[in-house]
Amino acid sequence: MTNDRSVPEGPPRGATWTAARVRGLAIQGVILATLVGLLAWGIGNAIHNLNKAGIAAGFHFLGNRAGFDINFRLIDYSPAATYGRAFVVGVLNTLTVSVLGIVAATALGFALGIGRLSRNWLVSRTAATVIETVRNLPLLLQLLFWYTAVLAPLPRPRDAISLGGVAFLSNRGLTVPGPVSDGPVWMVWAAMGLGLAAAVAVGLWSRRRRILTGRRFPAGWVGLALIVLPPLAVLTSGAVPLSWDVPVLKGFNFDGGLTLVPELIALWLALTLYSGAFIGETVRAGILSVPKGQVEAAQAMGLTPGAVLRLVVVPQAMRVIIPPMTTQHLTLLKNSSLAVMIGFPDLVAVFSGTTLNQTGQAIETIGMTMAVYLVVSLAISFGMNLYNSKMAIVRR
Amino acid sequence: MSTTFETPVLAPPKASRSPWRWARENLFFSAWGTLATLSLALLLAWALPPLVKWALLDAVWSGATREACLTPEGTVGGGACWVFVKVRFGQLMYGFYPLEQRWRVDAAALILALGLATVLPLRAATQRAAALAGVVIGGLGAGWLGGPVLGVVVALFLAGPLLLARDLSPLRRLPAAARVLLAVGLSALAAGVGGVAFGTPKAFGWVALVLAAGLFGWRFDSLRAAGLYLLGLVFPVLAQALLSGGAYGLPFVPTEQWGGLFLTLTIALTGMAASLPLGILLALGRRSALPVLRLTCIGFIEFIRGVPMITVLFLASVMLPLFLPEGVGVDKLLRALIGVALFSAAYMAEVVRGGLQALDPGQREAAESLGLGRVQTMGLVILPQALRVVIPGIVNTFIGLLKDTSLVAVIGLLDLIGIIKTATSDPNWLGFAAEGYTFVGLVFWVLCFSMARYSLRLERTLRNGVA
Repeated sequence: MTNDRSVPEGPPRGATWTAARVRGLAIQGVILATLVGLLAWGIGNAIHNLNKAGIAAGFHFLGNRAGFDINFRLIDYSPAATYGRAFVVGVLNTLTVSVLGIVAATALGFALGIGRLSRNWLVSRTAATVIETVRNLPLLLQLLFWYTAVLAPLPRPRDAISLGGVAFLSNRGLTVPGPVSDGPVWMVWAAMGLGLAAAVAVGLWSRRRRILTGRRFPAGWVGLALIVLPPLAVLTSGAVPLSWDVPVLKGFNFDGGLTLVPELIALWLALTLYSGAFIGETVRAGILSVPKGQVEAAQAMGLTPGAVLRLVVVPQAMRVIIPPMTTQHLTLLKNSSLAVMIGFPDLVAVFSGTTLNQTGQAIETIGMTMAVYLVVSLAISFGMNLYNSKMAIVRR
Repeated sequence: MSTTFETPVLAPPKASRSPWRWARENLFFSAWGTLATLSLALLLAWALPPLVKWALLDAVWSGATREACLTPEGTVGGGACWVFVKVRFGQLMYGFYPLEQRWRVDAAALILALGLATVLPLRAATQRAAALAGVVIGGLGAGWLGGPVLGVVVALFLAGPLLLARDLSPLRRLPAAARVLLAVGLSALAAGVGGVAFGTPKAFGWVALVLAAGLFGWRFDSLRAAGLYLLGLVFPVLAQALLSGGAYGLPFVPTEQWGGLFLTLTIALTGMAASLPLGILLALGRRSALPVLRLTCIGFIEFIRGVPMITVLFLASVMLPLFLPEGVGVDKLLRALIGVALFSAAYMAEVVRGGLQALDPGQREAAESLGLGRVQTMGLVILPQALRVVIPGIVNTFIGLLKDTSLVAVIGLLDLIGIIKTATSDPNWLGFAAEGYTFVGLVFWVLCFSMARYSLRLERTLRNGVA
């Protein structure tokens, strides 16, 4: 509330026992009493109801055997695992699909937003049509459409659509070749980590040199090379022998390779399109917010069109784009909970769905589910506030 | 005062807008532009014709069974099967509401439309016509249902508040107090006579509403205020009685049978009606100087905004019954309505807060220095201006709310999405999901898009200071 300029309501500060002050205290007392009373009443009812249903409140159930399987997971999990383990699997699945969606939706959003402002009539009309169509349809409808109407009617694995003979699209999902290696794979990651550190160092150094001397250095390209080349060098040196596990049809399904289940594809597709359309509008608003005079001034100084974009338009547009775009990213995270409707095992489906049904621990499961979303949302909002205060225009 | 010298405004030169020139300027202006145009055109040429062929040219429109859509070999054909949508149309609109009772839904929709027409910024003549039609149709409808006495009673009851309207009433030359007395008296008399004649305790509730109308109408004596009162206080009671039934000879229809577009709109409209006042209260609470009130509001708003709507619906449908005394059952629809209203109220509060923050503090100071009290300052000076600024945000929240109502399918209500999800998994109609979702999508799209357009128009009108 930094731009809140209006006069605060209520009694003037400093006065001790004015009528307004007494009234304020009385109102607050009533509110507090009502809240506490409601809470006590509700908790009393809940204890009675739980006792009657024979459910012991508390988090002991997290150590019990879950007994259900989860068809998409990043860590080891079996029906013999505990509910606590299932919770972790659900959190990781939610985060996976959210990160995939955020990356793709941001890319699509920039393409749509810039496309809608294009001089090219066909490009701008197409982008506008896509945005206006997608934005005005419920996400749930789009999700069910992709899942039920597009992915489910795909052929069985035997008649799968072959993409170049290595990847296959069927009603079991998208199966792609996966890398396999018996060698020390950690060396590849280590090389990439070192490259990343070097790239950051180069970036910092070039920034300092530019501020001190005004000379420019292609830090972006050098950084990219530093990140990509070392892992490639490790791979080609033969220290880590790598082979591709190409999926083969065996019986009724594919063997080998990596399979993206249709639930994940549908969710990813729907989240990407929906958030992409909203991010597109954010990007458009951001670009339009840069005053025309800024571009004209840059042109008058003799900057090339590319430099005008890179040095004048984009930095100013980003300041406007990033806060609402973060809100969109958070919305995507929350929207990923629609997974429960198509059976993708995200946090809500695994924990507020299956676990709740099996254990009856409604308060604990829904509470833990909400807490995860709250923690992530609040953490990102906090980060956003830091960014905003850093990016705010400094008046000298 | 400075003097300005205006140069005469010349018409722009008549450019020769030949199609060829237009194409060169807008499609083929550079190498990259040409490349983009050509590749996009190729993509569209590849994707669009099959779509049109599926949806229109090869589609099956007539017939009443699945067989109409199959090829002679007995497989699902290449075109869309709109017969599926046609067969399910009644369910998509009304859910499982009994066939012979569906006129009740239509009647509620008609009353709502007439009521909205008197409230929304439309032309004055349209508003008057809608109000008059409301009185006549209401009277005739009630007369058909419960005999001529009920018809007259309802017509008089409806006419009461409308008599308050200075811009409509034939009594506009009378002093305000006399008009209020007449109008309230008429409505109260009608309600009282109706109550005695038909022996329902509900009549007392009606009388109370009419008295509220008197207070309301005294200050805002316009057709819009009368319509707002009828729509906000009378319509919910009326619609509930009409749709649920169980009285006045109308058979009882449990909410489990409500569904389709009817349920979607019921949830959306109730959510809108509840979330705006709740959101205003929350926004005011968030800016209050009383720490307990402020922290409660901030906590509520940030909590709701930080979690997905599905979890709020789960909260309302699974956890709420736990916190109520044993044996107190809350209707499933009502639980969903509470969840939806709380959820959108939190978002609405943030929109309203934006408007309150945008307002110049001088407005409050001016109102206070004129001697207005807190309530008057808020109701007559601050809120009208603050809400006007954020109309686009409010409509955006409404559109989001309409789209979010689809989530009630998760807790087992049969709204549009719930109905189509059930319909597409009917073993007799497997394989026609695309048609079903396309149709439902079209319904949602038309509703959302027209709301967005209406908001744009409203924004322009308000910017010009009209309405």
